[in-house]
Amino acid sequence: MEDERGRAASPVSRPAARPRHVGVSTVVLLAPACVLFALFVIYPIVASVRLSLYDWNGVGEMTFVGFANYRELATDPVFRTALGNNLRWLGCYLVAPIVGLALALLLHRAAFGMGAVRSLFFMPFVVSQVVVGLVFGWFFNTRFGLFNGLLQSVGIGPVAPFDSEVWSLYPMIVAGLWPQIAYCMILYLTGRTSVAQDSIDAARVDGAHRWSLVRYVIVPQLRPVHFIVAMVCAVAALRSFDYVMIMTLGGPHDSSTVLAYYMYEQTFVATRYGYGAAVAVVLLALMSAIIVALLWRMFRHER
Amino acid sequence: MHGISHGRQRAIRRFLYGASVALCLCVWLLPLAGIALTSLHSIDELSRGNVWTWPRPVQWSNYATVLQGSRMAQFVANSVLVTLPTVALTILVSAMAGFALAKHPFGGNRLLLAMFVAGNLVPFQVLMIPVRDLVIALGIYDTRWALILFHTAFQTGFCTLFMRNFIREVPDPLLDAARIDGAGELRVFWFVVLPLIRPAIAAVSVLVFTFVWNDYFWSLVLVQSDAVRPVTAGLQSLRGMWQTSWNLVAAASLLAAIPPLAVFFVMQRHLIAGLTYSAAPEP
Repeated sequence: MEDERGRAASPVSRPAARPRHVGVSTVVLLAPACVLFALFVIYPIVASVRLSLYDWNGVGEMTFVGFANYRELATDPVFRTALGNNLRWLGCYLVAPIVGLALALLLHRAAFGMGAVRSLFFMPFVVSQVVVGLVFGWFFNTRFGLFNGLLQSVGIGPVAPFDSEVWSLYPMIVAGLWPQIAYCMILYLTGRTSVAQDSIDAARVDGAHRWSLVRYVIVPQLRPVHFIVAMVCAVAALRSFDYVMIMTLGGPHDSSTVLAYYMYEQTFVATRYGYGAAVAVVLLALMSAIIVALLWRMFRHER
Repeated sequence: MHGISHGRQRAIRRFLYGASVALCLCVWLLPLAGIALTSLHSIDELSRGNVWTWPRPVQWSNYATVLQGSRMAQFVANSVLVTLPTVALTILVSAMAGFALAKHPFGGNRLLLAMFVAGNLVPFQVLMIPVRDLVIALGIYDTRWALILFHTAFQTGFCTLFMRNFIREVPDPLLDAARIDGAGELRVFWFVVLPLIRPAIAAVSVLVFTFVWNDYFWSLVLVQSDAVRPVTAGLQSLRGMWQTSWNLVAAASLLAAIPPLAVFFVMQRHLIAGLTYSAAPEP
């Protein structure tokens, strides 16, 4: 009978009852999670990939069309806009790690009431995106929004971002940045506490000033956090849906649509289920790069 | 002399630091302040453009109007009735699976774990059509169970990893002691493991509560009637009803935001622990 590592020499005898292999109890314990996950996550992924090869209006006959949906995507200008907007979203979300890091460095200091201040900064993250979308929708509203009030106070005429095919995307990104910065800040704050204090002290002794301390000691030591923060922002940028649904409905003229919203629209508004599924599969393919990177990082430590 | 000027310099520094934090915080919370003020103004006041003045008189009646004149109270109740069962079920299901993965070594253990983690990052849109068809086939479309079951399944992915890693730290002798007394694995789970993993349960509860309460996408896809619609989707439908009554929409928005904010302020340490972990899962 093989024994566990480190216990082999132990005089304490191991009770025979400890399960060594898949028993009935293992199956019973795992069954609910596996059944639910298979039914609501694994099967739907397979079904969506399959559906993307069909033409279907949601109720009638399903017609197999091979890769026709994907060929159509390649020439679909709205799809291209959506993909481009996701990339723009991703690019703009790079602001979140920078501001988040700045806030984390500002708030790291232990001082009276700092815990409460950090909580207040983090608040936007727990507010529903629907509410955040509504608030920023008002902020950028052409007629009475605070944004135009601010612009007018410096003498710039009213602007109408939601009526512009060029600018309608950006109020949504600004809305999304608000909770995203809070999230990055929290990740950096947690990571900051694990930066070795002696390396900071050593740099101080060497006469490093605050800025070079940040630049050459703290930021490099936060490298694992940078990776995580980048992943989290990429996932959020690809997932953006709520803001589009609340703030612009993809308009004007599909100029502010994103893949997640375009998929929803193609399925339920245009009732092209197969085409919608093809958009979803493209989204999954993009997300897979992130999933693989995260899994690789997760299991690398074990080896 | 030198000591005094040094002390004064420090005092000035400290003041500047405090002032810059306070300024950042004010700018940061401006959107929430705006919505809170809007919710307390009368509509006449707002149409005159007075958002940033203190409302006189404070129009608390906006909240009464929202709660009595709309289905907002129902929407909030619906969210509670979806979120709490989801939290309870997720804890149970993920702790059971986590126990098996942590303490029952078997082949494929690692693979199962990777699958759970990967599944949690899948875009919702890939699941949308089949999940909708599935709940229709199960006869639970447009019921709370559609949301409860889906959210439980989806959240279980990450929570299982969290539970598994926590349960792995439970010393084996504790479990063995119960096994010697003749307890089966399920009794060991219920009477030994669950009481020992309270911090993990707290983190998972607050995390799942926040995600599920704030979910909008599945509230659109899996239910449609007011009797079951959660507050996120309800809010959007009320916005259509109150097109120009921004004060009412603001009041309703705040009501929708209060429960997760309250949970956050009470259990923030657990939320942050869970979030940090979920962003960077360890095997």
